[in-house]
Amino acid sequence: MVRNINLFLFEMKEGFFIALQSIRANKARSFLTMLGIVIGISSVVSMSTAIKGIDNSFQKGISSLGTDVLYLDKWAWFSNVEFWKLRNRKKITMEQYEKFKSLAVLPLAVAPVTNSRQTVKFENSSVENIFLNGSNSDYVKTTNFTFDMGRFYNDIESKASREVAVIGSEISKKLFPRGDALDKTIKIGGISYRIVGVLSEQGSFILGSFNPDNQVFIPIGTIFKHFAGDMFSTITINIRAQSPALVQETKIEAEGVMRKVRGLSAEEENDFSINQQEGLMDNYNKVVGVIQIAGLFITGLSLFVGAIGIMNIMFVSVKERTKEIGVRKAIGAKRRAILGQFLMESATICLMGGLVGLVIAVLLSLVINRFMPTSIQVSAVFTAIGISLLTGVLAGLAPAYTAAKMDPVDALRYE
Amino acid sequence: MTENIINIEHIAKVYTIGDVKVHALSDVSLRIDKNEYVAIMGPSGSGKSTLMNMLGCLDTPSSGVYDFKARNVSLMTDNDLAAIRNKEIGFVFQTFNLLSRSDALHNVELPLIYAGIGSSERKERAKQALISVGLEDRIHHKPNELSGGQRQRVAIARALVTNPAIILADEPTGNLDSKTGEEIMLLFHEIHKKGNTVILVTHEEYIAKHAARIVRLKDGLIEKDELVPNRYIPNITAAVSENQTD
Ligand SMILES: Nc1ncnc2c1ncn2[C@@H]1O[C@H](COP(=O)(O)OP(=O)(O)OP(=O)(O)O)[C@@H](O)[C@H]1O
Ligand SMILES: [Mg+2]
Repeated sequence: MVRNINLFLFEMKEGFFIALQSIRANKARSFLTMLGIVIGISSVVSMSTAIKGIDNSFQKGISSLGTDVLYLDKWAWFSNVEFWKLRNRKKITMEQYEKFKSLAVLPLAVAPVTNSRQTVKFENSSVENIFLNGSNSDYVKTTNFTFDMGRFYNDIESKASREVAVIGSEISKKLFPRGDALDKTIKIGGISYRIVGVLSEQGSFILGSFNPDNQVFIPIGTIFKHFAGDMFSTITINIRAQSPALVQETKIEAEGVMRKVRGLSAEEENDFSINQQEGLMDNYNKVVGVIQIAGLFITGLSLFVGAIGIMNIMFVSVKERTKEIGVRKAIGAKRRAILGQFLMESATICLMGGLVGLVIAVLLSLVINRFMPTSIQVSAVFTAIGISLLTGVLAGLAPAYTAAKMDPVDALRYE
Repeated sequence: MTENIINIEHIAKVYTIGDVKVHALSDVSLRIDKNEYVAIMGPSGSGKSTLMNMLGCLDTPSSGVYDFKARNVSLMTDNDLAAIRNKEIGFVFQTFNLLSRSDALHNVELPLIYAGIGSSERKERAKQALISVGLEDRIHHKPNELSGGQRQRVAIARALVTNPAIILADEPTGNLDSKTGEEIMLLFHEIHKKGNTVILVTHEEYIAKHAARIVRLKDGLIEKDELVPNRYIPNITAAVSENQTD
């Protein structure tokens, strides 16, 4: 038994050296063969890294929305209700918000939110088309915001509709590269606002302009005052539950309270929607699941094409080296040794290709990293190595078997 | 009584190509003992190579019995045959059949690899074998950096390195000029003198005269099996000095 294992290891080792030698002897051909695997592995790894990166960002972004926050809105994020029905719903007003707030007992915080697209300016620099968020001082309680400098605007400022602003980290970076935003005066729509707070990076780039990093927060009354047109738009009521465990109860209560506020009779259906991150998550998972499968399928296909290439070249290689196989057999190589030699050769080629592919994938991920946070997982490295070895063995199997079962006399006679 | 190595009885080898049956060997019986020196002769197509392949366990007969060292080869598996070729038989071919991309040392090492012998012992033995054929200064040369005679010496070193029971050579001088051929024949002479069994195929009477016994084939049959009355013993000193001026 021990002898057999030793013999096996010996054969593996010798097979590996023979393989290395013939790879070195046929550099150009080995390189071309490798190319297929290099492309296959680097695309599979990059793709899975990119998907992982998108996923991480999304998870992070979505968790900045909070698992325990409900969004009471005229609009539904996802629904099968016809669009015209949603459109014909009544808008949610500030009075309804006040009533809702006084009736609901479960929420930790309730805040009205309205938005406007505006341009912010500071001296000669400006950021266009940002999300201007209008709410009240309770808004910050519905988020997990952390601050680089300053604070959120307070109750007095929000009740008095003062011209104060809290800015996201991206906007701060663009307007105040030196990081001295606090107490500076920015202009939005020609009106001056004093900056009372700067958010630290919330890091949810995937949300795009919904990302708090790209937003400016001012009191809701101030929005209504200066952007009068927006007064006619509906508001969203952000409701934060006391804990994630209480989200469901809070939602049920919110539904009842809002029906009461709207004066709906028992037969009427809701004329509002209560959105939550969970729905976003489900939808996201569906979309990303499809992207993932499609992406891995396409890149997997390139790996498969690479494998076919290897099989092809290994067949050519076996044919070309028929005489060599005959010589090896004549001096006592067993079938197993020939089989092992060619399997080892294709596995080694694939492994080398896989490693080169990995290096390329790492370089690619550094490039991708400039657009979104990615990192190559250790598991991806091992999977890639495993896949390239497996590809090598599978692609080499048929050619190696052909070589192993050659008749020595015929092989020697081959010209 | 001398030890018997090869004993074949009523061996035939038939190739079927389409409807035509080619009898490469029709009915051959032959007995070769330890330390014999046999030359096999005959016209082209008479079955010499076929017989050699059979003796070398590269091929199995269509019918008849082949006993190698009292073991029935006809019943052996592929693996058993490979093991016999590896340990008991040393092959020398007309076209050398070296691995062109490997140096002399690696070529000679090859049979030892398949015998499962570790690297350091292997290198030492391969080196010794190369020295014994006079190639100590060509150890790391590749076949294309060697002359025909030197290539054949590498091939002979490869055949000798496992200390086989017999050396089989199919026209070993066929691709060499007569002087180089003579040097190779001197090597075979020495190998035989050390107690080895040597069987070689040749077209040349003067080459065959080096052997002690000549088996003549014709149309797949043994036509004549005779001892050589006036055997040619190569002049060692002359050949060696020639070798040195090489
Ligand atoms: N694989 C094969 N398939 C068909 N016929 C074969 C095969 N091998 C040999 N033969 C036939 O068997 C016969 C003997 O061939 P063999 O090679 O043994 O001759 P030989 O005596 O070695 O000739 P030469 O002196 O030319 O080398 C020939 O007629 C040849 O055509
Ligand atoms: Mg022949």
